[in-house]
Amino acid sequence: MTILRDIQALLAGMWTTWKHIFRRPLTIQYPEEKRTPYPRFRARIILTRDPDGGERCVACQLCSAACPVDCISMQPAEDTDGRRSAAWFRINFSRCIFCGLCAEACPTLAIQMSPDYEICKRDIMELVYEKEDLLVDHGGKDPDYNFYHHSGIGVTQPRGTGEQEKPPVDVRGLLP
Amino acid sequence: MLPTGLEILLLLAKVLVVLFVILTLAAYLVFAERKVLAWIQDRKGPNRVGPLGLLQPLADLIKLLTKEDFRPAGADKWLFYLAPAMAAIPAILSFAIVPFGAPLTLFGHTVDLQVADLNIGLLLFLALSSIAVYGVALGGWASNSKYALLGGLRGLAQLISYELPLGLSLVPVVMLGHSFRVSEIVNAQADGWFILYQPLAFLLFVISVLAECKRIPFDLPEAEGELVAGFHTEYSGMRFGLFFVGEYINIIVLGGLAATFFLGGWHGPLLPPLVWFWLKVFCFAFFVIWVRGTLPRLRYDQLMHLGWKLLTPLALLNILATGWWLMLRGLP
Repeated sequence: MTILRDIQALLAGMWTTWKHIFRRPLTIQYPEEKRTPYPRFRARIILTRDPDGGERCVACQLCSAACPVDCISMQPAEDTDGRRSAAWFRINFSRCIFCGLCAEACPTLAIQMSPDYEICKRDIMELVYEKEDLLVDHGGKDPDYNFYHHSGIGVTQPRGTGEQEKPPVDVRGLLP
Repeated sequence: MLPTGLEILLLLAKVLVVLFVILTLAAYLVFAERKVLAWIQDRKGPNRVGPLGLLQPLADLIKLLTKEDFRPAGADKWLFYLAPAMAAIPAILSFAIVPFGAPLTLFGHTVDLQVADLNIGLLLFLALSSIAVYGVALGGWASNSKYALLGGLRGLAQLISYELPLGLSLVPVVMLGHSFRVSEIVNAQADGWFILYQPLAFLLFVISVLAECKRIPFDLPEAEGELVAGFHTEYSGMRFGLFFVGEYINIIVLGGLAATFFLGGWHGPLLPPLVWFWLKVFCFAFFVIWVRGTLPRLRYDQLMHLGWKLLTPLALLNILATGWWLMLRGLP
């Protein structure tokens, strides 16, 4: 008898919804209650600084090239000491899809994703973030890392004095 | 005997009070439905407007009143404007025959808590429930939209498949109550509710009533998954609101009728009659909402199949069995 099976299925469904009436709602009342995102949550992009307080970004354009929606643009510049930086750096958050490919591409860990997800604006032009809006005064997820202590030949320190770096070999001394 | 001035005044007061109560309850039934559906789905439901969201119906009303009253190009103007009223008015009118409490004695008069105690009350309900479908069908046709037309046609075809079991399921009630007069049907249930004698007829009545108020699982004229919003696709503002509130008035009225015909009307132990009646109505309304939260929509042929091949024969058999039982007991 299929009708008995059908009635049983109906009653089982009614019983399931009946139980759910008394269950605690899963709703988070957003403006009053906010859930804390995980540290690796991908939201607003930041430009971090190295432990000395210098800008990490060397304006290599890799993030801009990796960006699938082309929302990052910048102008490279070079200081007198040979240290590179961005003259201006602009992220258009109205286009950004928060995929994190820029942060993955960054060789100096300058561009990072932060868990700050509340970046709604009334005016869409306010979503175009300039360098001063993006720069933060901490090192983000890797606060101790300093790119110039490992690389950047002869920019902040003489050749061969960086961390895990051997002094340059005098090739003439290798002659037999 | 001509009615005296006092009687007319009492009747008018009764009509106004009933109208006000029904409209308010319908607005709050929308709120209750949203709340209960939210609980079923582990949500909280509307809770922003006023304490616990209790002013939500008022906010909805203001929104509906301030919306643009739009008429699509090519729509039949008069029918398009009339159809919402044609859907809502029969629903409100049906409540006239429902006795919602024991007769009161006021100023030396006996006042029935019922707007009109007709000797053919039950037939009036059946007639009004059939007329209500004109609003749906004509509204769908007058909109000049294919979805609305399909919804209206479905409303008509659905009517003929549920109206028969609905009428037939009430025949045993008349046989047991010996009257078409609703107050006498209620009085016949003073000792035992008819649901005890007629559980099958009650089941058939409830299923037909779900189809009558176009609720899930029989909401084929609306069918928002297939027909956008069915017959009221093209309606906006308060005209849509009339269709909407008509549907909820229908639930209250049909809940009242289910209570009257099967659940003993206002009869019940301990509590006062008014409380008993509304308790039954609210239980019925809750059941309707609960069913909506549970069941999916039937396919079109399944509704036809259910109505014609299952409910109608069952209702006929039930009438035969009731007649046989009455004859064996030697009752008139």
